[in-house]
Amino acid sequence: MSSCHSHAASRQRLSGAAEPSNGAEAPDRPRYIALVGNPNAGKTTVFNALTGMRQKVANYPGVTIEKKEGRCRTSSGRQVILLDLPGTYSLESRSPDEDIVRDVLLGLQEETPRPDMVVVIVDSSNLERNLYLVTQVAELGLPVIIALNMLDLAESYGREVNVNLLHQRLGMPVVPLVARKGRGVDKLRQYLDDYPRDVEWRIPLPAAIQTEKESLAAGLSQSLGVDLHLADALALRMLSNEELAKKVERRWGHNWQPRVAAARRRLADEGVALSSDEPTTRYHWITDLCEDVMSVPSHEVKTLTERVDRVLTHRFFGPLIFLALMAFVFQSIYTWAQLPMALVESGVTHLGRFVSAVLPEGPLASLLVDGVIAGVGAVVVFLPQILFLFLFLAVLDDSGYLARAAFIMDKLMSSVGLHGRSFIPLMSSFACAIPGIMATRTIDNRRDRLLTILLAPLMSCSARLPVYTLMIAAFIPNTRVWGFFRLPGLALLSMYLLGILMATAVGWLFRQTLFPGKPAPFLMELPPYRSPALRNVAITMWEQGWQFLSRAGTIILSISIVLWFLASYPHYRPKPGESPAAVAGAQIRHSYAGRLGRLIEPVVQPLGFDWKIGIGLVGSFAAREVLISTLSTVYNVGNADESSVTLREALRRERRPDGRPVYTPLVAVCLMVYFVLAFQCVSTLAVVKRETNSWGWPLFMMGYLTTLAYVVTFALYQVGKAMGWG
Amino acid sequence: MPLTTLDRCCPGVEGNITHLSGEPSLVRRLMELGFVPGTRVFVVKLAPLGDPLQVVVRGYHLSLRRLEAQSITLEVNEVTNE
Ligand SMILES: Nc1nc2c(ncn2[C@@H]2O[C@H](COP(=O)(O)OP(=O)(O)O)[C@@H](O)[C@H]2O)c(=O)[nH]1
Repeated sequence: MSSCHSHAASRQRLSGAAEPSNGAEAPDRPRYIALVGNPNAGKTTVFNALTGMRQKVANYPGVTIEKKEGRCRTSSGRQVILLDLPGTYSLESRSPDEDIVRDVLLGLQEETPRPDMVVVIVDSSNLERNLYLVTQVAELGLPVIIALNMLDLAESYGREVNVNLLHQRLGMPVVPLVARKGRGVDKLRQYLDDYPRDVEWRIPLPAAIQTEKESLAAGLSQSLGVDLHLADALALRMLSNEELAKKVERRWGHNWQPRVAAARRRLADEGVALSSDEPTTRYHWITDLCEDVMSVPSHEVKTLTERVDRVLTHRFFGPLIFLALMAFVFQSIYTWAQLPMALVESGVTHLGRFVSAVLPEGPLASLLVDGVIAGVGAVVVFLPQILFLFLFLAVLDDSGYLARAAFIMDKLMSSVGLHGRSFIPLMSSFACAIPGIMATRTIDNRRDRLLTILLAPLMSCSARLPVYTLMIAAFIPNTRVWGFFRLPGLALLSMYLLGILMATAVGWLFRQTLFPGKPAPFLMELPPYRSPALRNVAITMWEQGWQFLSRAGTIILSISIVLWFLASYPHYRPKPGESPAAVAGAQIRHSYAGRLGRLIEPVVQPLGFDWKIGIGLVGSFAAREVLISTLSTVYNVGNADESSVTLREALRRERRPDGRPVYTPLVAVCLMVYFVLAFQCVSTLAVVKRETNSWGWPLFMMGYLTTLAYVVTFALYQVGKAMGWG
Repeated sequence: MPLTTLDRCCPGVEGNITHLSGEPSLVRRLMELGFVPGTRVFVVKLAPLGDPLQVVVRGYHLSLRRLEAQSITLEVNEVTNE
């Protein structure tokens, strides 16, 4: 391309401006290219098609938002880096995700250079709304390419887009694309090789805004030394969002707040509302443009989606189908995932036996078998559930059903202050909070997502079931209640209900305190149904599985090793003639974990627990069901499971120093209640750390759940004792 | 033609937006999604529990709660009974 040089020169000015301190020069061909677009425009599909598996996921500093970059080869064989920015409808941001898009494109984001070029993914079946973002991005002073995606879908609606005319009117390259089928992707690669012509047009805003914007931009451009286009865009965004002035100050050290505030006041005095004038002006421009470039059918086309929706969001059948689907998903993670999980567990056991057989007995073998191998097992065992859940989530999301599920459930969830999208993560948490918390990624609003994460552990997961089973079998009499119910069944049901009830109450409390203010508006696109793209589904599963292993897995493994150490040291010297079960029992009572149990005894005594149960609580921090094996070791019954009669007998026989039984029905119920509420799972800790990208939230979660569990169990035991229930 | 807010429209109602009111940030978001004065809106259905609504605006389907729909005032054009 002959015009390449002059554009390269203008690029240098631009990025020199974005990094005034080091004066980095823009490359003469684009090297760092951002993908932006509305949610659902096909950005992920385009990104995957261009980069394949060569992707790297990190976090933006200080926030939970993922930063996805990938390497991509252009037609000439050059390698460029693509940055997949979060989906957004506008550069006027209202959430941390949208902040990122705006800040990166303006060069304000720390640790992310300003891109050399932007590719806007446009859904051509939804042209008007998608062009809104285009008009904003066009004003940034960056070279822009339009990837006009979903042309097949637009065609099926009978909407025809005149690509050439669109290109002429926008003054940007427009690449026709059907990303899902890979059509047009090679063409897009060609365009990644060179800068297109600069965008010259601007949508004329009302005169008062224009004046304020220009005077602010002149000042910005002068004092920051930035390009006038960028200054213009900065000025407009600062006028509409005062917060941005603070960011500019932090980044470039100039305080613009007084000037911005004064300009906003002048506009307000004149009765100009930028917040409605900007969108109105842009949409008028877009409406005119679309009248020319798009032909719509004269009569309404009844789309397949509308016909399918008649059934799937039908007043009566909609909820039924939804429930059936959820039952299926739940069944898969609750039951079907058990088979691969059992395989993982027996694999770990076999590997452990093998290692113990070849290594001489001693600390090294013990570390490897009971620490490392068991720890790796504790991590890998979650994979089947995660993969199953994300298989369904990806299929449901990609097909467009997830939005309908949220549509159906929203009213119910909003009555407890949540969001339609919170339902599936919470439901999945009944199987296991780990995939459930990972599934909160489908919630785009940050507050709703955090709240859902905080409540997820209150849903009784499958790891708690063995604890309930053991306690109920040992201490809850199998009597009839009200004719046809049985007490054990009722007790089990109440444990699940208690969790839900507490989640409702805590959710309400957090809405009042942690996340005050009005709930975010629930404005959700209902995309057309499509058959899910297998490639997207596979990549999602792979990504989730791998990230869990690499990020949460390391934390889980380290804590497992620490817990192994606590239970194995100091070493107990067996007396001659002691049985293996007795040795194991003496070992754990003697160990640091045992001492910890004794140490916390005064704390757990008001809950009805003694120091041996205390050891169980310490041990079950690795995973709740570990309580069973810890207790069986502590009570010298070797390695028993929850249905073991010997263990049940041992519990019933256990006496306090004064001869009273340790376990009464009241203590059993207290222990169950404690397990409903307490935070007893390092894996959850690790996953919350990873999902929120901070230690603050997981620690807060641990604190609030432990307090809640303590207070409720304390009250229950004390009241129960006073009432003489045992 | 009668003026009414979107949250009070039944399925099948179609109208043109006359104005938006309410909290500026909500109004702005609605406008960015295409609800600017003069735009045609069609109410498709209500969710099974009566809230949120499903509407068509600028050729795409959007779901919004009644609370938010209250900000949008329409001039009703026609009611198609399905
Ligand atoms: N019909 C059609 N569907 C597409 C096309 N590109 C992507 N999709 C589908 O559109 C949906 C949303 O795509 P995705 O890449 O997840 O969108 P994102 O939200 O922008 O990342 C997925 O179901 C894709 O399979 C296309 O060109 N035509």
